[in-house]
Order: sequence, then structure tokens, then C-alpha cells
Amino acid sequence: MASAAHEKNDATAARLAPQVQPMDSIAAGPHKEARVRFQIANLDFFYGAKQAVFGLNLKIPASKITALIGPSGCGKSTFLRNLNRMNETIRGTRYTGEILLDGQDIKRMDVVALRRRVGMVFQRPNPFPKSIYDNVAYGLRINGYSGRLDDLVEHSLKRAALWDEVKDALHKSAFALSGGQQQRLCIARALAVDPEVLLLDEPCSALDPVTTAKIEELMFHLKDSCTMAIVTHNMQQAARASDFTAFMLDGKLIEHNETSKLFTTPQDPRTEAYITGRFG
Amino acid sequence: MSTATTPIDRAAPPESGPRALFHRLRHGDEVAHVVTLTFAALILLITTLLVFELWIRSAPTRGKFGFGFFWSGVWDPIGGNFGAIPFIYGTLVTSILALLIAVPLGLAAAIFLAELAPRKMSDTIAFLIDLLAAVPSVIYGLLGIFVVVPLMRTTIGPALKKTLGFLPLFQGPNYGVGFLTASIVLTIMVVPFIISVSREVLLTVPREQREAALGLGATRWEATWKVVVPWARTGIMGSVFLALARALGETMAVTMVIGNDPKIRESLFAPGYTIAAVIANEFNEATSDLHRSALIELGLVLFLITFILNGLARLLIVATERGGGHS
Amino acid sequence: MNRLRLIWRKSLNVVMLTLTGVAAFGVVAVLFLILGYFIWNGGTSLNLDFFLKLPRPEGEVGGGVANAIVGSLKLLFLAAIIGLPIGLLAGVYLAEFGGKTFSFVVRYTTDLLNGVPSIVIGMFAYSLAVVPVKHYSALAGGAALGLMVVPITVRATEEFLRAIPTSLREGAMALGASKWRTIATVVVPAASGGIITGMLLALARVAGETAPLIFTALGNQYWSPGWNQPISALPLVVYNYAISPYDDWHRQAWAAGLVLLTLVLLANIGCRFVINRRGVRSV
Repeated sequence: MASAAHEKNDATAARLAPQVQPMDSIAAGPHKEARVRFQIANLDFFYGAKQAVFGLNLKIPASKITALIGPSGCGKSTFLRNLNRMNETIRGTRYTGEILLDGQDIKRMDVVALRRRVGMVFQRPNPFPKSIYDNVAYGLRINGYSGRLDDLVEHSLKRAALWDEVKDALHKSAFALSGGQQQRLCIARALAVDPEVLLLDEPCSALDPVTTAKIEELMFHLKDSCTMAIVTHNMQQAARASDFTAFMLDGKLIEHNETSKLFTTPQDPRTEAYITGRFG
Repeated sequence: MSTATTPIDRAAPPESGPRALFHRLRHGDEVAHVVTLTFAALILLITTLLVFELWIRSAPTRGKFGFGFFWSGVWDPIGGNFGAIPFIYGTLVTSILALLIAVPLGLAAAIFLAELAPRKMSDTIAFLIDLLAAVPSVIYGLLGIFVVVPLMRTTIGPALKKTLGFLPLFQGPNYGVGFLTASIVLTIMVVPFIISVSREVLLTVPREQREAALGLGATRWEATWKVVVPWARTGIMGSVFLALARALGETMAVTMVIGNDPKIRESLFAPGYTIAAVIANEFNEATSDLHRSALIELGLVLFLITFILNGLARLLIVATERGGGHS
Repeated sequence: MNRLRLIWRKSLNVVMLTLTGVAAFGVVAVLFLILGYFIWNGGTSLNLDFFLKLPRPEGEVGGGVANAIVGSLKLLFLAAIIGLPIGLLAGVYLAEFGGKTFSFVVRYTTDLLNGVPSIVIGMFAYSLAVVPVKHYSALAGGAALGLMVVPITVRATEEFLRAIPTSLREGAMALGASKWRTIATVVVPAASGGIITGMLLALARVAGETAPLIFTALGNQYWSPGWNQPISALPLVVYNYAISPYDDWHRQAWAAGLVLLTLVLLANIGCRFVINRRGVRSV
């Protein structure tokens, strides 16, 4: 299964962006040339006159989980929302710099097509007031996919590790589910359109530890076919669940490294201060 | 694992390519914007048209009488002589009298609901009072004719004559219909508005205000009357204006009990006329264009007065919600 | 001296607070009095004849208000198809698309329209729909009522749309839905409970209106086929019968009033109950 997904990835990537960027300074472990999904260069982001992100440079590698950590208000959620241009829904925002998805500038892409390729899961579960089935099928329907919805819905719910719990109640309201189930439903909904990247904005902050563990486990199974970037204020989660971690402070990227390296041998004193809990 | 695992082709959506998709969706957003904007603009158009029509169709009398229309007390459709005074008088007298009774009554009830009653009781009673506000005008009119008018003739009128008969207000023959009856019916119709708005306004007064007064040893009444109500003063004024606007424009109930006599009289027992009532009664049978034009001009006057009152009312209510009763 | 003053203050307190309670319960009592009077005076007249027969000629006893009931329904239907779409779409504009100044103007004008006395609306409808064709009609009446439906619908639509949380909209947009799609497939359905209730309340309000009908629909003793003829309506019947000199018509006025009152109150009770309980979730 994993290799098939890999092959599909390769084929897709080759078709879309012949110029894939290898991760240069960061050794990517067993893969000689790890591909980069997102390349962010010199990103400055503004809420009106107020600047929230300063000169951010980052590469988000494909098929890996990248965690964004940092104290409240450091700009990690703001940055994440730039990746699928969600900040555009707020008036008065703008950014300078480059954000490339597989080598293409996302500013020039059709925003709707971008959001199909880059999905998002939000902090609080936000299922639509529709049935479980209709929630998952929503993205499929609006993108014009008809026929065989049943199979696709089932597939997504399985990827989100929710199928067994809801398979007999697909036409019940989404609100009948518990908080943790609703969040997994939102993940299934996002996965239904088969995004290349999934952005997760503190997806477990409103959930209990058992559900959190379930979600982390499904993320692990997903990452081969779906690159993930997760914002989290929970350092243990970052340490457990991610391959790479980026630490942000006051709108700037302080340090970015393989998770194990960042947590055991942080290069920057501020990183060290944060992860040892001296502030946060 | 189902066999249908062929994932969706990520790169090319099934529509005719990304470009076409882009145009179509963008187009949809703009179309929606334009369509809804058109309907919103339609409201503006209709309202402007309303004022325009009133203005145009009252041209004959405006041209003939000018401002004299508002000075003249003669209403003679056959002779072609029209004046607005009796109707303005009647409208004002009935509405103001109604408010004089309704405001204390309504405010008292609102105070009870906002300050004294437990939440559930307050909500239930407020709900019932909202229902009163929804009762159609013609229903009040029917009650007016068959309940209030006889009551006025047999009970209330004589009682008032005995006690206050020395005032010219309460002298003269009492047929049951007239200014006083109309005012009473209006009072009942207008009280629910005052209660409903005042209650909401009183509920927004911060607890600390009340508690500060009580902490200084005030009785509950004193705290309410001297601190809470003044704080909500502007909003309550707003509710009064709203009620006044409603009373001025009230047609059916008043028409049925006012007596339909276009004269200015001292006695409250006398029959009278209001702007809305004369329009309702005479419009269909209007004997000439001039007659109709006079009625329309009266309607225009009514429109302007209620427009100004409603505008002021809203400002006052918003002002209270923003900053309390500091004038 | 101080003790006297304290006793005065305390008694005043009790008296005033009691008076406020009396006022509140008194006003509520009026509601029940009204209902009582109507049931007492009109209840006995509610027989099958009343609902199924046409009115008899003036002065004769008997007959019913079948044409008025049908007339009211036809007028409400017209009011709905004229006023509800305008109200809904304008409400969507204000909640989802509006620019600051234009929205303010529209909202203000809508409030203004709401406050226009219904008789003036009647004159306007007369001017637009009766004068050009030189006859009264159900259409004109429906237009007048439709116009009155608009402001209430706009306000309800805007309010309930605004209450839908941004997270729901963002959820849809993150899946690639465009703005209009999000509105049409997620936001409006989510707010539909409240919006529909608002619409029903608007219709209940105009169902009881008489003044705008006096010079548009006019009233009719017989059935009114089609939409282009004068038509009867319950409120018109109540009015005309009440001011007539005939006892039998008075009796029927009470009965018609009872029917009207019951329908209006039931609609209001139902709708307000729904609004109070459910807020905006429409699942």
C-alpha cells in the first residue's frame, strides 16, 4: 500500500513540478533526496498595519510530519493559514515573499484548486449541521465528483480511523458524535478530496488524551500519502508525533530541525529555554 | 479494504481544466454578489418610489393650499375645501393621551419583569406580552366597539363626570365613542411595545449599579427608581418614541371607535378624527381628485412624522446599549 | 424623625413594588381577557356553515366566510412570493457581501419601511397597482402585504446568518468551496430554521392587516376567481361586519375574529418557541 502511494506521489510530482527541490542543508535520513512540498521564502505577513510574521524561510518536506511549536501569539497559526490562503478570508491581510507548492507560487494558483490540494483541520471540530455521510461527501460534491461516493466516503472514514464507529449510522447528524469523533470526522472530510498536504491547527487542543493518541496514530499512518504540518502548543505531542519541528517566537522562525535533534540538542538558546519550559 | 481505492486524480479535476474552473467559480461569486445586491437595492428603490408617489399624488392640494393646508380647520369635500388641523389634533390627542397612561403602566410592568420577577417568570410573561403585540389591530377594534364603548357609556364616562366633571375635558354628551375611548384602545395596543423594549433595556444595566445602591442602604425600589431606571433613561425614551410612532399610525382600532367627526373639541367624550381614520374611511369614496389628493397629503404628513420618530427612537436605543444613560 | 422616614421609605418600597407586579400581571390578564371575549362571543358561531358558505346578502341571517378564508390564503400566498425572496436575498447581501456604507443605508431604509403605517403602504400599493388598471385586485392586495413582509424577513435572515460561526464557513472554504457555494450549501441551510421561522412570523403579521387591503383588495361578497379581481379577506370581514348595523353580522365578526386571532396566536407561539429554544442549529 505504501509503495503504491509512493509511486502515485512520484508520478503526480513529476507531472506537476519537474523541478523538485532536495532538502539541502537538512540531512533527510534514509532518503537521499527528500522532496519538498512547500517552500517558503522571506515571508512577511501583515494584519493591516501590524506585522505578524517576519522574514520566514522554511521548507516542508513531503511525506513527513512537520510540527510548528512556540508560545501563544508567536504567529504559528497565522503562518499555517497562509499555506492554504485562508488568511484571505480576513479583511486587510496581506503578505510579501514567496510560498511555493511543488514549485508553483500559490498566489498565482486558483485558490479553490489550492484548497483542494491543501486541506485543513481546525482547532475546534467544525462539522457541518448535516449527516456524517454528507459531511464527508461535501468536498467531493462541490468539486463535481459524482458516482461511487459511497466508496470514497468509506475510504476517507477508514483513513481517519472512524469507519468502524460510524458505519451503521452514516445518516445520523454529525452532532450526535463525541468531540473526538467529530474531529476525526473533520479529518475524514478533509481527506475525502485526497489532498497532498494536510494542515492541522492545534487539532487536539480541545480533546482528551485517549482521542489525541488515536489522532496521532492515524497521522502516522497517513503521512506516506499526505504531507502534514501541525501547529501544536503541546511539546510532548511534537516530540512524539513529528519528523521535523520548527520553533517560532514573535513571528520569526528561530530553529528548524529533525525533531529528535531539536529536542535533544537545540542550537538556539531560546529554543532550549522554550522546550525546557522556562517560558511558554 | 475496498477495491475502489483508486484515489482521485489530484492534478486535474474532472471539469474542463483548471482555467475554466477558475473562471466559473469566480464568476459564481460575482454573480451572487450582484444578484443579492440588486435585491437589497430594490428595497431602496421601492422606498424612494413610495415617497415619490405620495409627493406626486398630493400635488393638487399642495398646489392649491400650500402651507395653508396645515392651518385650516375646514374639511369640506363637497365644497372642495380641505384642512389638516382636525386630524392632526385628533391624532396627537389620542396618541399623547394613550402614552400618558401607557408609559407609567408599561414602565412599571417592565421594572417588575426586569428587576423583581425570577427569570423564568419574567421570560414567560414577556413571551405572553409579545403575543399581545402580535394581535391584529382589527381585533382590538372589535373589542373597542363592543366592549370599551359600552363600558365608556355606562361606567367609565359617568364615573369620570362625577369626579372630574368640573374640567371641560370631561363635560358634554357621552356617546361612548370619541377621543377618550380611542385613547384607551390605543393604550392597550401600545403598552406591549413599551414593556418589551424597556425590559430589554433595563436588563442591560450592569449589576454593579444596582448592587452599589443596595450596598448603600437603599431599598429595592429606591435602587431601581433612582439608579437603574436613570441609567436606562435613553433607551426607555427610545421605547416611548417607538410606541408613539406606532400609536400615530394606528388605523383600524382607532377608526372603529373615534366617532369620525372632523372637528376640534375640548371634551374627551366628543367624537373626533385621526389622519389614519379619515384616510381609511374616505379614500375609497373620495369624491374628487382634490379630495383624494388631500388624503394622500395627510398620509405624507403621517409618513414624515413616523419616519422622524422611528429614526430618533433607534438612535436612542442604540445609544443606551452603547453607553448607559449618560446624556 | 429618622425612624419615621425609614418607615415611609419601607412602605413606599412595598407599595411601589406591588404596583409594578400588578401592572405586569394586569397587562398579561388583558391577553386572556381578549381571548376569553372572543371565545365567548364567537365560539358558538363556529359551525361548518361558517367555514364553508358564502356571505348572505345584507341584513339576512346566516351564511359564512368561506370566501374570506380562501381570500386570506390567496393574499398570503401572493405576499409570500413577492416579499420573501426580496427579503431573503437582501438579507443574504447584508450578512455576507455588504459594504459598510451601502449596508448601513439599506438597513436603515428597511427599518424605515418597517415603521411606515400600514395605511400609507396601502395608498402606495393603490397608486402603483390599482390606478393604472383602474380596478381593485387581489394582486394589488398581495403586493401591499408583500411589501410589509420584506423588512421583517430581511432582519430575520441577516440576524440568523450572522449567528452562524465563522468556523463553519472556514471549514467549507478550506475544502475548496467558493464564497457563494459556502453560503448556499452550508451557511443558509444552517440558519434555515431561524430564517423560516422569521418568514412565518412575517406572514402571520400581515395576515391580520386590514388597512392596506381597504384600497387594494377592497373585499368581495363572492368568490374571487383568478388574481385580478377584488377579493375578500378575514380582517376585512371582521372590520366590515363590525361596523355594520346588523346583529347577525356582528356575531359573525366575532367568529371571524376568533379564527383570525387563533391562527395569528398559534403561528406566533409556535415560531417564538422555536426561536427561543433552538437558537440557530438546524439539524
